[in-house]
Amino acid sequence: MTVTSHRSAEQIGRTALGPRPLPPLGPTRAVPLPDVVESVLPNGLRVLAARRASVPMVELRLRVPFAGDVPEHPAVAELLASTLLTGTATRDRVGIDDELAAVGGDLGVNVDPERLQISGSGLAEGLPDLLAVLADVLTSATHPDHEVARERDRLVERITVARAQPRTIAREALQRKRFGDHPIVREMPTGEEVAAVDVEQVRALHAAALVPGGSTLVLVGDIDADTAIAQVEKAMSGWTADHPARELDPPPAVRPSDLQLVHRAGSVQSQLRLSAPALRRHDERYAALQLANLVFGGYFSSRWMENIREDKGYTYGAHSGIEFVPGGAVLGVETDVASDVTAAALLETRYELGRLTAVPPTAAEVDAARAYAVGSLLISLDNQGGLASTLSALAADGLGIEWLREHPGRLESVTVEQVAEVALEFFAPTAFTGVVVGDADVIGTRVRALGGVVGP
Amino acid sequence: MPAPELHRTTLPNGLRVLLVPDPATPVVGVAVHVDVGFRSEPEGRTGFAHLFEHLMFQGSESLEKLAHFRHVQGSGGVFNGSTHQDYTDYFQVLPAAALERALFLEADRLRAPKLTQENLRNQVDVVKEEIRLNVLNRPYGGFPWILLPPVLYDTFPNAHNGYGDFSELEQASLDDAAAFFDTYYAPANAQVTVAGYLDVDEALRLVERHFGDIPARPAPERPSFAEPLPTGERRQTVVDAHAPLPAIALGYRLPDPGTDLDGYLGHALLGSVLGDGEAARLQRRLVHTDGLVTDVSASAGLMGPLDARDPDTFTITAVHPASVDPDRVVAAVDEELDKLAAEGPSEDELARQVARWSAGLHQENDRVMYRMLGLGARELLYGRAEISAELPDRLAAVTPEQVREAAAALRSGGRGVLLVEPKEGE
Repeated sequence: MTVTSHRSAEQIGRTALGPRPLPPLGPTRAVPLPDVVESVLPNGLRVLAARRASVPMVELRLRVPFAGDVPEHPAVAELLASTLLTGTATRDRVGIDDELAAVGGDLGVNVDPERLQISGSGLAEGLPDLLAVLADVLTSATHPDHEVARERDRLVERITVARAQPRTIAREALQRKRFGDHPIVREMPTGEEVAAVDVEQVRALHAAALVPGGSTLVLVGDIDADTAIAQVEKAMSGWTADHPARELDPPPAVRPSDLQLVHRAGSVQSQLRLSAPALRRHDERYAALQLANLVFGGYFSSRWMENIREDKGYTYGAHSGIEFVPGGAVLGVETDVASDVTAAALLETRYELGRLTAVPPTAAEVDAARAYAVGSLLISLDNQGGLASTLSALAADGLGIEWLREHPGRLESVTVEQVAEVALEFFAPTAFTGVVVGDADVIGTRVRALGGVVGP
Repeated sequence: MPAPELHRTTLPNGLRVLLVPDPATPVVGVAVHVDVGFRSEPEGRTGFAHLFEHLMFQGSESLEKLAHFRHVQGSGGVFNGSTHQDYTDYFQVLPAAALERALFLEADRLRAPKLTQENLRNQVDVVKEEIRLNVLNRPYGGFPWILLPPVLYDTFPNAHNGYGDFSELEQASLDDAAAFFDTYYAPANAQVTVAGYLDVDEALRLVERHFGDIPARPAPERPSFAEPLPTGERRQTVVDAHAPLPAIALGYRLPDPGTDLDGYLGHALLGSVLGDGEAARLQRRLVHTDGLVTDVSASAGLMGPLDARDPDTFTITAVHPASVDPDRVVAAVDEELDKLAAEGPSEDELARQVARWSAGLHQENDRVMYRMLGLGARELLYGRAEISAELPDRLAAVTPEQVREAAAALRSGGRGVLLVEPKEGE
């Protein structure tokens, strides 16, 4: 190193004064969440608008339920999303982008088995322009032939890249393992499926499925909520249909089973993905489950992370969380570990699941998780984009800002006993199913020797 | 939007302090920026600056291992740290009630981190998993931030892999860590930024209480990482066993943001004119008109705009089908740059990109964490946090002629060309 003399590590870690006490917390400061104005337009579109003037921007989230049964639905839906902003009766691809850019605007389209979402933002004063472009693509996107042809090629190439990602392979294997052949598993079509889509299918799906009834538009920003709703009504009145958007049916309940070993040749890491049933936000035990999950693996200071990262060094990250699906919720327990410690990491994961039931969270563990749940919610809502995304997700679940206002109170009232009860019910190792993705030639023998694992 | 209030002071031990009050938020952030990044790590110890960042989370005189994480999160906060070319940052964002606790936690490790053999070995394992996750086990890992610098630069500080070589990470010793800390983590080589809900006098008093008794040590002399501008084209090919499609990265030198900020911003806007949005030049030409590439992007700064001192890199990257010869991609990029070098962008074209930048800066400013990190980094790197607040106006003042000059500079200077090829037979 560059210095010739320096203190030793031991000298660096000590001062004459010695260890010091942790300062107490100061007074808490509450900043109320804004009021949300809600309106259902004559065309069936539900609009939520809230004023938050922290910066001169507006955030927009449009969620359209977008389920489909036919086998080609995911491929057609992806191509529809890729070409929605490429042409209308009056604007071409470049024209659409130029109009958005002029007001600092952006729109992005994303589709999954449950919904199509258009997310965007722009300078608040440009909201009428942003809405005009949005209404234009919803009502008169033409999905031009040459754009569909080009985007089809790109989509095939992008899917090729995405399918080389271990996380994509693991996600697909997990969805199939826990939900079988329910449409919810079809998150990414194959390249062949996309290549087979023609432009008429895209236009037909747009006409049939991209409809206002049952859809929700959320606006948060430096706006007057009533004025913004009037602007939406004016811009969107031409968006109509004689039927509502199609909701995805609830998937089957997750059933416990052996883990499926999935071979990925040449992998230097393995993906562990475990899953079990969980609770919806509406359930009176949801807050308790949220705290039990944090204690298990939901934040850095969790038992699982402290074990397999900070003690064993098996992983860079380990995370568990509650994922919402139509009509329900599932627990996900996910980590990526080096091939040579895959069996050891699975063993520790099962150990920590078992320990959460047998040695339930202590009062100190529950209090720390509670403080984190309340504080991180406050932080996540302290910006326009975070509030808009949260309101959109809650609206999809039939909940509003009252749920957010009341949630800190619910978290405060959860008892240690209630956390222990949900831990016992939801984190029992016998409740789980899942997959292990990795090089089976390297990890297979040891992983199978633990039991409860099937596959190559 | 009004410019943020900036309050500065320097403690007697040399620690710089930047306080940025915001009465509208219920949260507060604390960041410590240390003036050392991976460009300063010694030869034979690639990845050491980042490994050392991990060690700083492993406990200090008043805090056992794991206590830092538990106290931040148990106070309702979030935390992280990151290692860049020229600096390392450590930060927390919490409910405003936890301000003093956050300052205590940051001060304790800047004063007396507990560096132990056991934690060193544990974190070498964790960092190796991080590298497997982000580089070795996925397609396009380290593209282009690890792979491009050795093509464009000659000297070790600029060219080497900042994530580090496994064998060198394994050789890292406790004595290396002690020497690194004593050299680079002197209070006079660091800066604490506090942003969010705070009372300026009270926050300053708390900063003094917790950081004030860290003994002064000399700040290390900051080396120059300057190296001559490259001439001609340097080309390298690497094989990526996980990549299904070839990729290409072009690297160019940027103007020094410390001495020629407007020249730098001309390049930043050139990046937008080339790559941002469907109407951008390279999107239209390479993706749509010629159909040569799947995706393309262009930007100033290897790790983001205004995130390093000189020298830094302007990059253009693209993923393309194997059927497309990479030289066709390069030729099309050159033609588009030639057009911009001859005529520049139109006034409207540039104005639209400036509007998008402004909107993006507003979004960044809307989050205490990003606002704090942006102000802190610009204060540390360039001595002027004001740059963050001035950016919208300075970008709006960039003329088409300045963007034209940036394009001409790219065409007349040397460059690095990195080709990523899928493994044969995959």
